[in-house]
Amino acid sequence: MSEEFKVEIVNPEKSFLSKEDVTEVVVPAFEGEMGILKDHISIISFLKPGIIIIHSKSKQEKFYVEDGIVEFKNNNLSILTSSIFNLNEIEKNKIQDLIKLAEEESNKPEINDQSKYIVDQKIEVLKSLN
Amino acid sequence: MASLDDLKKRIASVKSTQKITKAMKMVAAAKLRRAQENAEKGRPYSEKMNNVILNLSNGISDKENAPKLLSGTGNDNVHLCVVMTSDRGLCGGFNSNIIKKAKSYFSKILNEGKELKIITVGSKGNDQLKRVYGDKIIENISFKESKNVNYFDADKVGKMVIKKFAAGEFDICIIFYNQFKNVITQIPQVQQIIPLNNEQDENISDESYEFEPDEDEILNNLLPKNISTQIFKAMLENSASEQGSRMSAMDNATRNAGEMVDKLTIEYNRSRQAAITKELIEIISGAESL
Repeated sequence: MSEEFKVEIVNPEKSFLSKEDVTEVVVPAFEGEMGILKDHISIISFLKPGIIIIHSKSKQEKFYVEDGIVEFKNNNLSILTSSIFNLNEIEKNKIQDLIKLAEEESNKPEINDQSKYIVDQKIEVLKSLN
Repeated sequence: MASLDDLKKRIASVKSTQKITKAMKMVAAAKLRRAQENAEKGRPYSEKMNNVILNLSNGISDKENAPKLLSGTGNDNVHLCVVMTSDRGLCGGFNSNIIKKAKSYFSKILNEGKELKIITVGSKGNDQLKRVYGDKIIENISFKESKNVNYFDADKVGKMVIKKFAAGEFDICIIFYNQFKNVITQIPQVQQIIPLNNEQDENISDESYEFEPDEDEILNNLLPKNISTQIFKAMLENSASEQGSRMSAMDNATRNAGEMVDKLTIEYNRSRQAAITKELIEIISGAESL
């Protein structure tokens, strides 16, 4: 029996990625990292800033996301996100820009605890990429 | 009858107008293809989002305490209407169709004695509405600077709407936009985004999901995103419609200009011939009288 399932990543502009031969996906779910294998129970969760790792037979791909929703059903994994970058293609200065933006936001006085937590997380993840 | 010179000038001016409309048509056609592609590419996201929300709202056990964005405030006294139009003119009935639809809705609401607030997106809609409903317009947004429709802009509108909703400024939010069907048909749409219309879909599975964290938190997170997504979808449809509408309007204008040139040319030739005949008659009758 094959251990593969289908993953689809869509952002508002287009369908970002669609793969059929995926064996495992690790997503940064809100309550911690979550690995999804074939025949996982149907689940809906949302993402915090982090790295999505997609393992397929031939290779492994990494993406950086800032937010999003994951839905897994009938061995179809859909990831909806408004900001996603392929780590192989992203440039160093883009990461720097993102860090700067996030730090600015984190230093705003009116920020509430929850968004501060998320922004800090973002900074941490971005810094680890460098 | 106009003199030969005048006719000549008119023909030249109609011809140059035709050149302009033709060029605009070409540009619109090129832009249309891209806008249409974008609109089609954007559909999976909003559809998926809708599906997830439908699944979620079905799974909610406690309907009473559902988030306000989903269930509404329980009143329908204040209506917020987001009218989405273009920033540029010369696109046929595109803007007027939306405005017409919006105006009929406005008068219906006002007749029922309810309060009306308007947000206009795009300067053309603002121009047309401010004469009659100027005091109702609370915000006017225009994205003249952004070349393409992007999610960031939609998110700005969405966040503003949500902020106003959270502040209790309105009960019901409705967006007006043109849905792109094909180049000649665009259908003005009225869509209610707050509270969310729970259209029953047949293909809803009653399969249960596992939620992480719980339903409420996901819904609270998801609903604001959905608003931005719906607005983004409307913007994409709108931009495709605008280009389509402009293309067919400019096509008509080019054709009309062509007809006009033909008519004027015939008139020009006739009067030229008439002048020649007149001169000939004068010469001949002059010769005869000798």
